[in-house]
Parts: sequence; structure tokens; C-alpha cells
Amino acid sequence: MLAEKYRSQIESTLAKYPADQKRSAVMQLLYIAQSEYGYVTKEAMQEVADILEIEPTQVASIVGFYSLYYDHKAGEHHIQVCTDLPCALRGADKFAEDLCAKFGVKLGDTTKDGKFTIEGVMCLAACDKAPMFQVQNKEGIKYYENQTVESAAKVMEELGKK
Amino acid sequence: MEHIVLRHRDIPDLHKLDVYIKNGGFEAFKKVVTTMKPEEVIKVVQDSGLRGRGGAGFPTGTKWSFLTKNRPTYYVVCNSDESEPGTFKDREIMEKNPFQLLEGIMIAAYAAKANVAYNYLRGEFWQVAKFQDECIAELRAQGFLGKNLFGTNYSLDVFTHLGAGAYICGEESALLESLEGKLGQPRLKPPFPADKGLYEMPTVVNNTETLTNVPMIITKGAEWYKSIGVPNSAGTKVMCVSGHVNKPGNYEFAFGLTLRQLIYDHCGGVPSGKKVKAVMLSGASSVVLSGSDDILDMALDYDSVAKKGSALGSASIIVMDETVDMSWVLLKTCRFFKHESCGKCTPCREGTYWMLNIMERVGKNQVTKADIDLLNNVASQIQGKCLCPLGEFAVTPMLSGLKIFRADFDSHATDAKAAAKPAPAKAAPKKEAVAG
Ligand SMILES: Cc1cc2nc3c(=O)[nH]c(=O)nc-3n(C[C@H](O)[C@H](O)[C@H](O)COP(=O)(O)O)c2cc1C
Ligand code: SF4
Ligand code: FES
Repeated sequence: MLAEKYRSQIESTLAKYPADQKRSAVMQLLYIAQSEYGYVTKEAMQEVADILEIEPTQVASIVGFYSLYYDHKAGEHHIQVCTDLPCALRGADKFAEDLCAKFGVKLGDTTKDGKFTIEGVMCLAACDKAPMFQVQNKEGIKYYENQTVESAAKVMEELGKK
Repeated sequence: MEHIVLRHRDIPDLHKLDVYIKNGGFEAFKKVVTTMKPEEVIKVVQDSGLRGRGGAGFPTGTKWSFLTKNRPTYYVVCNSDESEPGTFKDREIMEKNPFQLLEGIMIAAYAAKANVAYNYLRGEFWQVAKFQDECIAELRAQGFLGKNLFGTNYSLDVFTHLGAGAYICGEESALLESLEGKLGQPRLKPPFPADKGLYEMPTVVNNTETLTNVPMIITKGAEWYKSIGVPNSAGTKVMCVSGHVNKPGNYEFAFGLTLRQLIYDHCGGVPSGKKVKAVMLSGASSVVLSGSDDILDMALDYDSVAKKGSALGSASIIVMDETVDMSWVLLKTCRFFKHESCGKCTPCREGTYWMLNIMERVGKNQVTKADIDLLNNVASQIQGKCLCPLGEFAVTPMLSGLKIFRADFDSHATDAKAAAKPAPAKAAPKKEAVAG
């Protein structure tokens, strides 16, 4: 149960907001849920709703609205390549395509071993350091900038070993 | 020139609290808390001529003075959502000069009579937020945050709040909804945040760069700040330059530098000596401008840019060389706005869907000239009918792009007999095209 396992983290999150505005903590709690279960499960939504004393449907709509929450299982690591305009001007589309080819998937797909989902995403505020991607996994989100297909593949190999 | 916002470029290790303090850090905050009234702080910021760096350029001190009087609680919220394609300045500030931003937030909080301030960071800034939390913890430990600061009865706490991937949360009222734990959808205005903001209380929302200017304004004075830049555009601006330049990155200059100076003297010019075909000055939502001499010699300040029919906004300057197919550029911006429309109002939700639908067919050479006219028509229909500016943002590049670079769209039309050579097979920058 999240409430016990992450008690201190949940308490320090709730402490940021007025006592009668617990709902503000929903986004942070969903990150905690996601790192525990890999994605936001139905049970997790119920748990978060119980902690915050709101309806599970309210939690579900938050999960649906924001792009960094997942309500289904995907790769262990989301490899999110920015293919937005400024990065694309510096070769990001080709980078994404070549990276996918190297791992034998199409953009948006998960590798057979279930390790990686490679996605094309919108601007990540790193446009001067394209090609770039972020890795989203249980540990959070990390940026990798000024990448080549080789350097990206190396990052992924390292992640895959964990 | 010395930096004001990117001061870490002049002072090594400025991200460390002891270094920041050694360089005058938190003296401005101490000064306001111990010797000034909130109204006096607001007056200094007003006199400095500081304008919002988040996009709209609204005078900062004036915004603070609009707070509804005599309410029980006030809030300050820093907008670090930074999601406009082409914008990456707030991230550098938070990574490299975090304490100056925090001091700015703290001074704003004192001026607004707020005892709690939040910094809302886009969800992708996970690591940045962690670092901010560490900085805030240090400030608490050193007595710069907490109860009865400097022996006065003023108390203040600052917290970070992480978003989760939604461009619309950069719009201030959507940001406040998101901070309240709701869907990030814009509110109807009025009421404005200065009257009913976070938890229905009067709230100041300012951009990261805006607030990072504030400590130096308090330390060196309004006159000093005003003497930098040009009339109506006081101080410096961090410009995010991306796309086809040799040295993309953040550049901080006094307002008034020309676009040509920025691109050629500072960013190393365009790779392979190519010509500038087009520029967008405030990210994906800006007017598309040509790379004509007239545009290149334009001074980068609020008024000069407005005179050319564009806006400086957050100064996210995307440079595109002569090989770029502008219909491909507009396909990219369309995809962005379709993805980011929050869906609350029909013109934006449906309009961005249809614009993208036609643009994808442009990319596949599956359109006629009539379809491109229709595109123009759809874009015009959205204009002026949306609940928040995002809908307008989607239309602005489309209409201006179609106006100047219609030929780039027509070359994909099956009935465009004018096109002498076959259109390229897919929507990617043309490799060997000539200046358009
Ligand atoms: C769709 C949309 C996205 C926006 N994104 C941002 C953003 O990422 N950062 C920001 O500071 N302002 C953004 N703004 C502007 C804010 O609504 C607001 O004007 C700004 O935060 C005010 O701060 P300032 O006065 O210091 O500029 C956005 C506005 C719109 C309509
Ligand atoms: S204009 Fe678009 S983003 Fe703004 S409220 Fe309407 S649907 Fe949402
Ligand atoms: S466009 Fe890729 S990080 Fe901005």
C-alpha cells in the first residue's frame, strides 16, 4: 500500500499545501504510484483517491489529461525523443528513425523484451542540444542531450542491464 | 556586457549558496523585509520598467499593484512550465542560478504580502525540481525561509510543484487549476489571478526570468535597470536561439540588439553560409517572418518587433535556412497545437484537428490547391473564437506562413502545374532547394 510504504514522502508532499487543499498533492502522489507499480493501476488510483479524500474518477481524469502518466503497461523505460520543430531542424526526425531501426521497432512501439518504449515527444526545453531524449522510468526523468544513435544505444544498453 | 539573469556565466559556482551569498546574495531580500514596506518594493519594480518575460510583456510592478486589498491570504506563483517549442532559458536559470530566482520569488512574495510561494515546474524538469528542493532546504536551514525572518514578524515558505506534461499549464489560469490538483484547463477571465487566483485568493503569477531580474533591481535601483535597454523595453532579455545557427543557445543582451547581430555576431551565422529563409521570434506560436534584410535589421525590443507585425514574446528565436520547406514547418507546429489543445472549447479542439488533417495530406502530396485554400479558411475561422490564447497561437504561424510561403504549400498540390519538378516524396527539409 502506498500510504504505508511512502508515508514520509506523502506527508511532506501534503505539507506543501493548505490542510483543506489536499487535492493539490494528486500530481506528486501519482508519480509515487507510477514509480511503485510501473504505471498507474486502477488500484493505485483508488489508493491515491483515498489518501486525498477525492473520487477515483477525478484521479483517473488527471491520469488521462497529463502526458507523463500512463494507465497501461509499456516498456520499463520510456525513451522519449524530442521531434518537435527546433530539434527536427537539427536532425531529430532522422535520429529517432535510426534509433528505432536499430532496436527493430516503430516510433511508439515497445521492444520485444519489454525493456523500452521509444516515443516521439513535443519540445523538452533542450532545443539547442538536439538530438536529445529523456528517459522516464521508475527512478524519474533524466535528460540526455547532444546525442548520436551510438551514444543513445549505449545509454539504453546500460539501462537494459539494470 | 555583464549578465543580470545569466550571472552564473560571470561568476563561477553561483549555484552554491555560499558563493551566491558572497556575491551579495539575499541582501536585497533582507533589505526589503527589514527596511521597506511592500508598496515601496512594488514602486521600485514599477519604476524599473521591468516587463513580464513569459510572453505577454506586461509591466511587472503594475501587475503586483493590482492585487485585491484586504484579503486574508495572498500567493506568489512562479511559472516555470517552459513548454513553448524553442524556449529553454528558465531551465538554465534554475540549473545554474537557482538562488537568484528564489530570491526574486521571495521578494515578490514579500511585496505581495504572501507567506507561501510556489514554483510550478513542467513535469519533465524532474531533476531540476529536485535541485530546487535542495536549494530551498538550504535556505530554510540558514534562516532565509521560515518564521519571523530577520527578527521581523514576516514568515515565508517556498515550495516546488511538478506538472506532468501539458503545455497549456503554462497559461496562468490553467497553471493555477493544475496546482489545485485539477485538469490544466484555462479559467474564464475575469476574475483575474490578482483578484481570484490560487485557492480563490489574490495571486501573482510571474515567469522565472522575470523574477530572476528582481533582486538586482532592488540592489542597484530602478534607475540603473531602466538605463539598460531602450525606452519601453528596460533591461536585458535572454534569447533562446535554436534551429539553423552555428551556435544555438541562450544569449542575454540589452534590448535593442538587431536580429542580424544576434545571428551573425553572436550565434556564428547560419551553417554552410546559407541564407536565412524564415524566423519565428517567440517559438512555435509566433508569426512567421521572412529572412529579408528588413527583418534581419529589426531591433529586438517589444516595440520594434511589434512594428513588424510580430511579438517578441519569450524571445525563443527559431532560425530556418533556405533549404527548409515551410509547409513541413507548419506541419510541425500544427501537430504541436493539436496535441496540446486542452479540448475545453470547440474552435480550438476541432480547428486544430482539421488543420492537422489537411497539413498531413500536404506532407503526403495528397492535396489540391483548393484544400490549401480550405486550410486558410479553417485557420481564419478559429481566430478570435477561442477561450484562451492557445487557439490563437495555433493559427498565427499558419496564417502568416501561408501568406509569405504559399508556394511551399502549393508545390505539394497535385494540381499545381506551376511546379516544374515533381514534389519531394515526403515532408522533410528539402536538401538542395534554392532560396525561396
Ligand atoms: C498557451 C500558453 C502557454 C504559456 N506558457 C507559458 C510558460 O511556459 N511560461 C510562462 O512564464 N508563461 C507562459 N504563458 C504566459 C502566462 O499565461 C503568463 O502570462 C505569464 O506566466 C505571466 O508572467 P510574466 O508577466 O512574468 O510574463 C503562456 C500563455 C499561454 C496562453
Ligand atoms: S483555446 Fe484550446 S487550449 Fe485554450 S481553452 Fe480552448 S481548447 Fe483549451
Ligand atoms: S524542440 Fe526539442 S527540446 Fe525543444
